[in-house]
Formats: sequence, C-alpha cells, structure tokens
Amino acid sequence: MMRSAWLDPVREPTRRLSPQVLAPLAVLLVAFLALNVAIAVLIVSGRLDGHWYDFRDLGNAVQALREWLDDRTADQPGWLSDLLGDHWLSYIVTALIGAIGILSFVGVVLLVLIWVERRLIGRIQVRRGPNRVGPFGLLQPFADAIKLIQKETLIPRGADRFMFYLPPVLVFIPGLLVWAPVPWAPHMSYLDINVGVLYLIAISSLSTLAIFMAGWSSNNHYALLGAMRTVAMMISYEIPLSIALLSVVLFTGSMQLSEIVQWQADHNMWLGVLMPLALFTFFFSSTAELNRTPNDIAEAESEIVAGFHTEYSGMKFGLFYAVELGNAVAVAAFVGTFFLGGWSLFGLEEWVPPYLVFALKIAAGYFVLVWLRGTLPRFRLDQLMMFAWKYLIPISLLQVILVAFERSIFEHWDVPGVIPLALFTIVNAVFAVRIVRFWARFLGYRPERETLLAPTLTRSVGGLQAAQRMRTVR
Amino acid sequence: MTAESASVLDNLDQLFTDYLAVLIATVMGFVLIITALVASRLLAPYSEEREKGTTYECGMLPIRRAATNVGMRFYLYAILFIIFDVEAVFIFPWALSYVGIGPMAYYEMLVFVAILAAGLAYAWKKGALKWQ
Repeated sequence: MMRSAWLDPVREPTRRLSPQVLAPLAVLLVAFLALNVAIAVLIVSGRLDGHWYDFRDLGNAVQALREWLDDRTADQPGWLSDLLGDHWLSYIVTALIGAIGILSFVGVVLLVLIWVERRLIGRIQVRRGPNRVGPFGLLQPFADAIKLIQKETLIPRGADRFMFYLPPVLVFIPGLLVWAPVPWAPHMSYLDINVGVLYLIAISSLSTLAIFMAGWSSNNHYALLGAMRTVAMMISYEIPLSIALLSVVLFTGSMQLSEIVQWQADHNMWLGVLMPLALFTFFFSSTAELNRTPNDIAEAESEIVAGFHTEYSGMKFGLFYAVELGNAVAVAAFVGTFFLGGWSLFGLEEWVPPYLVFALKIAAGYFVLVWLRGTLPRFRLDQLMMFAWKYLIPISLLQVILVAFERSIFEHWDVPGVIPLALFTIVNAVFAVRIVRFWARFLGYRPERETLLAPTLTRSVGGLQAAQRMRTVR
Repeated sequence: MTAESASVLDNLDQLFTDYLAVLIATVMGFVLIITALVASRLLAPYSEEREKGTTYECGMLPIRRAATNVGMRFYLYAILFIIFDVEAVFIFPWALSYVGIGPMAYYEMLVFVAILAAGLAYAWKKGALKWQ
C-alpha cells in the first residue's frame, strides 16, 4: 500500500550535501570519536579519580575553586567576613557560577525544546511542523523570540498598571528557582538543602499568586475566569502532589534531593517502580500544575480565549509561554529525580557522566509530556476537581498508610534489602491496580451496565453503506 | 558585641550560607527578565491610539468591570485546601523521624489521617465538593 506524499511527515525536502560540506563534517566526526576513545581510556585507567578535572562530576572543579579561593582570603578579614563568615568570597563566586549555569541551561533548553515540542506535535498530528527557518527549522525559536521582542506590548485601559507589570516577572523567577536543588551528579547541585522537598513545594506554589494577579489586573472577564479556574485547580492538585512526595520522603527518610537519589542508587531500585501509584499521582498532578493537556482548562481557547494571559502581548506573553515550557522540563527533571533514579543508572554512572544520564531521563519525561499533549483531549473543570478531591486524595492517603507500614517492615526485618523491596514492589503494584479499580467503582463507575447503542442517525438512512452511497451519488 | 547578639548573628550566618544562593539566583533572574523587557521596550514600536486600550480589543465591549463577585465554591475549596496543606506540613516532619519514634508513630498518624479523612467525608456529604 502506497502512502501519499503529503501524509508522510517523515520525509523532508531532500537536499544533496556537497563534498565541501561533507569533508569537514567527516573530519569532525573522526575527531569526536577519537576524543571519546581518549576519554574512555582515561576513565578506565582511573587517572581521573579524585582530581578536580574529573569531569564526571563538575562539583569537583567547583570544590577545587572554592578551596583555592579560601586559601587566598583566609588571612584577610573584613566587614564582609564578619557578616557572612570566613568563606564569603568562595561562597559568592561559586553561587554566581551556579546561577549563571542555571540561567544558561534554562535558556538553551527553552530555545531547543520549543522546536522539539513543535516538531513532535507536528509528527503526532501528521504534519511537518516548523521546517523553513534554518536547517530542519532549527532556528524557528530564535525567529519567534525576535518577533516577540519587537512586538508592541499593549496595556488595556482599565487595567491595574502596576499589578499588570508584575506577573510575568513573578512567574518566571520560580521557574528558575525550582532548578536550584536538582542534583545532577553526587556533588553537583546548586542548593543542596536538607528541606529540598518543602522548598520545591513552596517555590512551585508561588506562581499561583502571579497567575491570579495576572487575571485580576487585566480587567477582562475571560482573564479573570481563567485565573479563577487555574487557581482552584492548582491548589487542589497541590495536595495529591505533596502526598505523593510524602511517600517518597517516608521511604527514603530524607527530604534532601541528593540523598533521595543516593538511596535509589544504593538500593538499585527506582521509587517509581516501588510505588507506581505515587508516580502516577505526581505526574498527573504536575500536568495540572503546569496547565498542560489533559488539564489545560486554564487556557481552554474555545471557552475563555487564552485564560489568564488573554491581555498580554509581546515579550510579556513570551515570558508566560517560556516559563510554561521551562516548568514542563522541570517537572520531567523532578519525576526523574524522585521516581526514576536521578543521575544513577545501575552502575552506568561510573562510566558515563551522571549529568548526561540525568539529561536522558529529563528528555524521556519531557517526551511523555509532549506525547500526552498531542494525544489527549481536555477534561472539564468539574471532572478535574472531582478527580483531585474524590479520587486522588483518598487513594494517595491510603497509599501513604501502606508505605508507612512497609517502611517499618523494611527497617526491622533482618534480611538482605532486596527481598523486602521485591516484595513491596509486587504488593504496591497489586495495591495500585486494586485501589484504582475499587475507588472508581465506589464512585459509581459501572462499565458493565452501559449498553452499546447503535448510532440512530446512520440507521435511519439505511446504515453506513447507504450513507456512503448517498455521498458518492452527490 | 553582647552574647545574645552574637548568637543571633550565628543564626543569621547559617541562614545566609543556606539561602544566599537563592537570593543570588533570584537577582540574576531579575536581571535576565528586566533585560528582556527593556529590550522589548526599546525595540518595539509604540503608538498612542485610543481604540487599542479597550479590553479584549477585537471582541465586544465588556459590561461592567471584570472584578465582580466570585462564586461561593471557590471559597469552600480554599478552606479545604488550607486544611489539607496544614496536614501536609504536619506529616512531613513525622515522615522524616518515623523510623526513630517506633510503632506508636504509626498509630498516631493513623488517628490524625482518620480525623482529616472524616473532615473530608463530612464536606463531601454536605455537598461542598459539588461543582455545578
């Protein structure tokens, strides 16, 4: 069976590469392979272990820099060392480096992943997606950014001008700060605080305020309705999200993100495998927090135009758009950290830099998010609220009780850790399936009572074949 | 410098060393955003025209200001949210020190969760969760 050309989204317009382009490319490829072999030899021979240039963990280089700076400033006290302690210079310098790292990472990710998302959704919807600007449309995000910067930002006359200015800023800052506690490697995280989970919950709920300010100050009915819906939905889904994280904290016994990952690396067990229900709850609640499909009622364009950012244009709209995508990547990172083992991959992190492993997991999580966006329809607001309050909260509370019970068994049972973990995996999977089914039936879901009705409209004209005949005659 | 103020400074020192990095990242983020907004202000055209300022420019003129009364159900959901958020705040420290306390912790948290679940069930029964 031949597929027609316009249905095939895979094939790009073919361009023949000239030898002048191919020769440098081949040289680059050979050089890249040689570099990889050299690195592999270095790693296997163990010459990197313990040195500051061990690039498998960039935290080593930062640590070396910190010590060097401490040596320089140790004998020169000043008012700053009275205020901030003796290590103030090394602290501030490394913090600045880390902040620049986060900013540039988020910037690059935004520019690349906007293209990835549009191409992927194009592929899912059997079209091509952007492919005109640059090779394969790779420069499309730059074109979009330049366009958005050049656009006039309108402020409606009835708007509260100060409150109208704030939200794009307030929504962007948490989008950067959530990246701070993410562990990229054993010693490579910007802010390794011992209350990392609470920090995440606190920072991510800040954007609710900004969204409500945006909707309220626009003086637009659509914007206010969108903000109302968004706030109601976001606060409702914050509860199952924190309860899902509660199971993680309970089982690993730490709120420090690096220790949660370390636990998974030590036990060779992903928490998402151990507690699939928590993973599902976290992921679904996160899509609600992100306002992404299937939970994107905040910007249900058929009902309320664009939701809370209806009145925003130009670069301010651009900031909203960018932070939406950046938060999606951050959610992929948190699913990777909490449930998919973070930087660890069953020993592979000894050979491959752990941050590359982690980046792979982020990419996988982000792909699932884009896939959901391209596939699923939108839920109604009442369905979503009911799902949070009547479904997710009760079953995730039950799951916390089960996990607490398992945790005390795990602590006091005197056998190798593999046996209880394997047992709990089976128990939790069975529990997840049973409770999902039971609670759905408890809420009145009865699939066997619904009888399939033949479509009456088609039958009234004599069946499907008659309808087709009528169409061809006409 | 007296003894009390020194201890206060020690606490501040701890606070700084933990969260000064957050402050630095926030400032850097502000710099980035303000650069983008200022660039937009410099590059984008601007023209004074009365019609542009109307709410939802291309649609019908709105009746009344948008900031009107808010549905009662939002208020109920907000109250329920506060209850459960406080619950989460209480449960997190419990989850951290769970192993050290012993079996009593498990039963006490069962009672705590049961009381909250009873509250949720009551709200459910009363129809506070209904969205119409």
